[in-house]
This record gives sequence, C-alpha cells and structure tokens, in this order.
Amino acid sequence: MRSLGKYVIFMGSLFTRRETFSTYISLITQECINVGYNSLFIVGIVSIFMGAVTTIQTAFNLVNPFIPDYVISLVVRDMAILELSPTIIAIIFAGKVGSSIAGELGTMRITEQIDALEVMGINASSYLVLPKVIACVIMYPMLVILSIFLILLGGYLAGTLTGILTSVDYLYGIRYEFIAFNITFAVIKALVFSFLIASISSYKGFFTTGGSLEVGKASTSAVTNSCIAVLLADYALAQLLMG
Amino acid sequence: MIEINNISKSFKGKQILFDISGTFHKGKNNLIIGASGTGKSVLLKNIVGLINPDQGDVKYDNRSFINGSKQDRKQIRREIGMLFQGGALFDSKNIEENVKFPLDVLTDMPEDEKIDRVNFCLERVGLVNINKKMPSEISGGMKKRVGIARAIVNKPNYLFCDEPNSGLDPQTGIKIDNLIKEITAEYLITTIVVTHDMNSVIEMGDHIMFLLEGKKLWEGANDQITKSDLKELNDFVFATKLMKEMYLR
Ligand SMILES: Nc1ncnc2c1ncn2[C@@H]1O[C@H](COP(=O)(O)OP(=O)(O)OP(=O)(O)O)[C@@H](O)[C@H]1O
Ligand SMILES: [Mg+2]
Repeated sequence: MRSLGKYVIFMGSLFTRRETFSTYISLITQECINVGYNSLFIVGIVSIFMGAVTTIQTAFNLVNPFIPDYVISLVVRDMAILELSPTIIAIIFAGKVGSSIAGELGTMRITEQIDALEVMGINASSYLVLPKVIACVIMYPMLVILSIFLILLGGYLAGTLTGILTSVDYLYGIRYEFIAFNITFAVIKALVFSFLIASISSYKGFFTTGGSLEVGKASTSAVTNSCIAVLLADYALAQLLMG
Repeated sequence: MIEINNISKSFKGKQILFDISGTFHKGKNNLIIGASGTGKSVLLKNIVGLINPDQGDVKYDNRSFINGSKQDRKQIRREIGMLFQGGALFDSKNIEENVKFPLDVLTDMPEDEKIDRVNFCLERVGLVNINKKMPSEISGGMKKRVGIARAIVNKPNYLFCDEPNSGLDPQTGIKIDNLIKEITAEYLITTIVVTHDMNSVIEMGDHIMFLLEGKKLWEGANDQITKSDLKELNDFVFATKLMKEMYLR
C-alpha cells in the first residue's frame, strides 16, 4: 500500500518542473529506437513461431470432419488479436524492455548520475522517465499490430506448407466474421500494458538503493511486478470491455 | 562564501547530523573531514540541496538556499558545480557531451561557443583528444578529471567534491587535489571538499571542519590541526604511523 502511494506520487512528479519541449522530442525519439526498433527481432521471431504452433495445434485438436478447415485460421486470428499479441508479447516486452529500464535507472541511481542531474536543477524523474514511458506507449501498440500480422503469416506458412489447410481456406478463415472492435480492443490493451510496464519498471529502477546486487534485484522485481500488473489489467479489461 | 546554520538531519528516527554550523570562504579549499559513516556525505548533500535538512539553513553569499524563493534556488543551482565520488558521468553520453551537458541545460550559448568552452575545460584538467570516447573507455582517474571539467564548465561560484581522490593511487590523487586547489584559487571559487585522506588535508586544506558521529567537534586552519589538544581529532589525524612520525618527533 505504502509503495502504491509512492508510485502514484512518482507518476505525478513526471509531469512537474519539465524541460523544454524540444529536449523531450529528442529524448523520446532516442527511446523509441531503444524500445521499439530494438525489440523488432524478438517480437518477430516469437510471433511467427506462435502463429505456426497455434495453427498446427488447433488443426490437431479439430479432427471432426464436420468442422470446415477455415475454422482453424479463424481460431488463430481471434487468439492472436485477443490474447497472444497484446498479452503474451507484453510479457516478453516486460522481460526485455522493463528489465533494461530498471537496470539503466538503477545503475544511474547508484552511480550518482541521478544526483548529478538533480544538482543541475533538472527534475530527474521527468527527464529520465517520462521519455521512456511515452516511447513505450507509442511503440508497443505498433509492435502488437506487427505481431498480429506476423502470427497470421506464421500460421499461413505452417498451415499451407504442411498441407493442413489450403491457402484459400486459410485466407477465407481469417476474414470470416471479422470483428473490427477486436483490433481496437487489442490496441487499448497495448496502451494500458505498455504504460504499466514502463512506469513500474522505471519506479523500481529509480528508487534503487545500494549496489550492483540491488540493481539486479530491481530488474528482476520490475519484470515480476510488470507481469503481474499486466495479467491483472488483462483480466480487468476483459471484464470491462467484453463482459 | 557559504554559511550553514544549525543543520540537523534524521533518517527514519535515527539522527545523523546534530546542529552543525560553519562558514566556508571564497577562494579557499574548505574541507569536511571525519571517519567513515560520520555523515560527511549527508552534510554535503544537505548543502547542495539533494537532501532537505530537518532544521537549519544554508546561505550562499547571503541568499538563503533552503528557505529562499524558487527563483533564488534556481539561480544558486546555476552557480554550483559538483564532483561526485565516482565521477557520475552519464554512461550514454561521450566525454564531450558529458562536459557540455550543464551548458545545454543551464545556458543558451551557441553550439560552437559551447564546444570551445568544453575543449578549454578538458584541456584545463589535462585531457585532450578524448572528446569522442565513452565513459566506460577511460580510467577512474580520467573519469574524475572529466567530472571536474563538467563541474567547472559553467563557471561555478561554488564547487563541491565528495572524496575526490578515493580509489586512486596516491600520485593521481595528489594531481586531482592540486587541480582542485589551483582551480579554486584561479577562479575564486568557494570550494568544499569532503575527504578522509590526511594527505589531502595537509596538502590542500585551507580551512578544515572535523565531524564525529554527526557532530562538529573542531574547526580551524590547516596549520592548527596537528596542534590541537582534542583527543578525538588527534586520534583521527595521527591514525597512521607516517603522520605520527612526521609531527610527533
Ligand atoms: N538516504 C539515507 N537514508 C538512511 N540513512 C542514510 C542515508 N544516507 C546516509 N545514511 C546514513 O547516514 C550515515 C552517514 O552516512 P554518510 O554517507 O554521510 O557517511 P560518510 O561520512 O560520508 O562516510 P564515508 O566516508 O564512508 O563516505 C550512515 O550511517 C548512513 O547509513
Ligand atoms: Mg561519503
């Protein structure tokens, strides 16, 4: 409870005593490259494989001859949009970006780099953290959209190359009774999850005390706490927007 | 000139600093000395505003830093340079960007003027041709010198150094001490140095404040420190055999 209060105060401090707008633009651009561009590879690989595996397993479970083949790709599509891309990729994002944010800020804290900023009169929390949070919130939804596309591509390749279903069936399935709101829902989830991951990891890193051992602990706890927050938010959003 | 009046500070119910007052003069090296864990760093952080004292005030040339207006506080910050224990260089910036950083955030100097100033300061601390290196690529002593260059780049009136020569070999340590001493006299800066190195005390201290367990026990000039009758001070000063041999013959 106490740390929740501290977290809220910390979030408030991001928006006070700010630097000039142009300073933020360049900081945010740099962070977008860090969190977005540098995550492309892992997100890409994971998505393609998730698509392939989901397709094969769904096909394996749907052995009933009365169910048409295109249902397979329909299931893959809905799983990708609703859960695999926004949530599973969020866990990976927490592992990659969350731990690096906490590690970077934690190191800056224990080596007095944060003190050095404060002595110069810079609001270190808003200078260091705000660009990271904004960059994550901008980049993560894009990664999610990309991931949805790559899961469908992975599924297509696995499905057609192994002869599970024809390319015509696959394409028919992913367009069958498509609900556009699901994409909106995925983007809403992505916005919420990325905010949680970036802010929790920053919080953990920013208030590190001690030495390199504690920086390691801060990274680990950033990932753990982010994942828990993502899953809780996932549940809450499902209740709120679907139920 | 910096004056501190009745500074007290506690952390979680444990009092670290007890009612400390004192004056630090312009153009002089003012030292805060004492054993490890007595609160030297905490006192320094109170003076530069990284920690707010529970009680007391800090005045920079008669401008109150703790109770003063926001405007005063901002102005005073522009006049402060600080060297941190490990240099505290920004890992993600190269040496030139590190030294230039205070100019970027505190002034609206044109870029080429900034670069000139950066090069001047790096030269002043004896570092040339390392502008594009990253902090991870240079030695500890060099980091300290870059830290000094960054601290003086915006022509500060006040310079703070936390253990400037800890973790360095004695020769490099003396070089850093001398550099701080020269810069202080050259630009008439009010310098406060925290140290527990007796060699620095003898070599560079103009005015010395001795802390023990959060209390100021002694304050005086360099040549008085070996002549005091205070037992605690003598224990600190003559802790090493070398010091004993030099002064107690
Ligand atoms: N932020 C803090 N919260 C709680 N206690 C603190 C904090 N900072 C310092 N202390 C405590 O204050 C005491 C004095 O610490 P300080 O760092 O000032 O010592 P020091 O005199 O600088 O020692 P050294 O020479 O080893 O650097 C220590 O007991 C330390 O545990
Ligand atoms: Mg200290």
